[in-house]
Amino acid sequence: MREFLDEIIRDRLGQDPASWALTQGVYLVAMMAAGIALTTFGALFAGLTSWWERRIAARMQSRVGPNRVGPQGILQFLADALKLLVKEDLISSASDRWLFRAAPYFVVAGFALTFVVLPFGYHLSATRMNVGLFYVLSVTALVVVGILISGWASNSKWALFGGIRAAAQVVSYEIPAGLVILVPVLMAGSLNLHDIIRAQGGWPWDWYLFQTPMGYAGFFILFVALLAEGNRTPFDLPEAESELVSGYNTEYSGMRFAYFFLTEFGNLWVMSAVMTTCFLGGWQVPGVSAENLARWEALHQVPGWFYLVSAAVFCAKTLLLANVVIWIRWTFPRVRVDQMMSLCWKYLVPAAMALVVLAAVTELMSFELFGEAARVQAPLFSLRGLIHFAFFAAGGLVPAVLFFRKTFRNISFVGDRVRPLSNW
Amino acid sequence: MSVEVVLFWLFAACTLLSAAVVVVVRSPLSCAISLVGTFFSLAGIYVLLWAHTIAVLQVLVYAGAIMVLFLFVIMLLSLAEVGPGTKLSFSRLLGAGAAVALFAALLGSILKLPVRPDAWAADPAKAAAFGTLDSVGKLLYTSYLLPFEAVSVLLLVAIVGAVVVAKSRI
Amino acid sequence: MSPSPLAPYLPLAVALLVAAGVAMAMAVLASVLGPKRPTAIKQEIFECGSESVGPAHQRFAVKFYVVALLFIVFDVEAVFLYPWAVNFRALGWFGYAEMAVFAATLVVGLAYIWKKGALSWET
Repeated sequence: MREFLDEIIRDRLGQDPASWALTQGVYLVAMMAAGIALTTFGALFAGLTSWWERRIAARMQSRVGPNRVGPQGILQFLADALKLLVKEDLISSASDRWLFRAAPYFVVAGFALTFVVLPFGYHLSATRMNVGLFYVLSVTALVVVGILISGWASNSKWALFGGIRAAAQVVSYEIPAGLVILVPVLMAGSLNLHDIIRAQGGWPWDWYLFQTPMGYAGFFILFVALLAEGNRTPFDLPEAESELVSGYNTEYSGMRFAYFFLTEFGNLWVMSAVMTTCFLGGWQVPGVSAENLARWEALHQVPGWFYLVSAAVFCAKTLLLANVVIWIRWTFPRVRVDQMMSLCWKYLVPAAMALVVLAAVTELMSFELFGEAARVQAPLFSLRGLIHFAFFAAGGLVPAVLFFRKTFRNISFVGDRVRPLSNW
Repeated sequence: MSVEVVLFWLFAACTLLSAAVVVVVRSPLSCAISLVGTFFSLAGIYVLLWAHTIAVLQVLVYAGAIMVLFLFVIMLLSLAEVGPGTKLSFSRLLGAGAAVALFAALLGSILKLPVRPDAWAADPAKAAAFGTLDSVGKLLYTSYLLPFEAVSVLLLVAIVGAVVVAKSRI
Repeated sequence: MSPSPLAPYLPLAVALLVAAGVAMAMAVLASVLGPKRPTAIKQEIFECGSESVGPAHQRFAVKFYVVALLFIVFDVEAVFLYPWAVNFRALGWFGYAEMAVFAATLVVGLAYIWKKGALSWET
């Protein structure tokens, strides 16, 4: 944000940001604007996603879904918000009123605080933190505390079970997530989200996802762990409707329920953005190389379109991932508690540890073999480029081909006709 | 008065106030919530000391991990409300003695500090590098190697302890 | 102007204030707009229509407590790995060995609890 503002002051207004009298004022106004914009964005995204997900769910189940309010029902979320706003705010007499009221704010605070470090495009984030990813991991703590309190304060069995399950699940999956994030951190040598993106490139083979097999495996571990942290199906045990009514938010109604609801849908963006940043190249625009960007920066001539295109690229990747998460929700059944726990502690945690160790070994070896050049992207037709491409093929293409073959076989096995675009 | 000084007093007041609430309030869960407030205010003070990494760790480990454990234990034991406990037992005396000793040790080391220890921070290059994960890591993995490896043994003991405590029925 | 440690945290405070402010304002607005006609039945806790039996705050399985402790241990482990990860090129193979010893100790711990059955939730 600061860099971005400095650039505008320097290049568009022709002032030196270090000495210009109004710099601090510009910062302050911009940060207020950023805070308000982020909150609005979070709420809008959550609202729109709640509509979008219902439409997709309906489509996948041969229903219509909400299509009456506005074109294609897009304004449904406003109607829902209005409805929740004028609902009676019920607080059961058995509950601990003070904690019951306080709990949703913990969840909302944890959610809003995450957005502050998330990148949205080149130089486009409210703040840059040296400890960026660490910070993202740490503020989820607030959400866990909020969920636990809401479950306890409700004084209802469903809510308590849901809250405890949610807390156990979120904290368990934070371990594989935290460990596997070390893989991109190792490769980039930084926890700053923008630095991690800048260490990658625009084309898919420059992404950490396809750079090494560790990155490839790491992406899927992170994906599963974040699904579980966001309480998304197949890990929606904390609010398993068929077992726990609605889990920790059973007793909530009206606006306070809306906060839990909003946070959950908004989390879709947070987790997709973190995955995009760590493994999918973030806002890197294909065709704009690191040298290119460095040259622009040195000359203070980063073109305006680059800001827009990089933001568009980032949002497109993030939305794509968010849609995959929605797709998964309406495809897979829920796992059991014991499966959830053993998947985390018996598979993901050891796998994540092994990945970190392997990634460190390969990085150190390539550092010894190629020196400082190992950190720069290699041209395709060179030894390093070919090794890299072999990794890309082994890590990305082969599993993808296997996946499609398996899927098509399953389809033929149940006697269905394979139609590549619609029936899987 | 600069913004930092105002914020320091604000965070300090918040820390003391929420810590006092932890001690005074009866309901264990409210105590725990208040403790979250203490942790966050402390994190704010760490930020003011340029200790960015410690600030985030404070939130991650204390407000996150430790707090979840506290909440679980409170819920596990179904502690609705605890009485003030008037008995003067040996462990209470020991606890009070330890608290006084800790306070004395901290006070002693605080009094030894120079009046303006952050004067070096006027140098932007030093300020930018201080307290980052980078510089903490360099120290941790070179000068403080033994304590670092000792931590792993401590964590191992914690794992074994957890299993032994819960062994009766898992 | 001397550099301030607060610079990266300002937007954070603003976002927190805005989010909390909006959230509280909406909650107040909802309490103004919404009807308030509490009855004894409405204020009962929801148990799918049947009357609730016994207190909600029952003791629950000690497994959850073990999970919380494991979380602390491995969280602290991950925390110690991050400073190494950002520096691991400079620290080289020596740093790698240090990290490996550290991680191996915890892998032993994980193997121990695995063997003890604390990770099996089937029963």
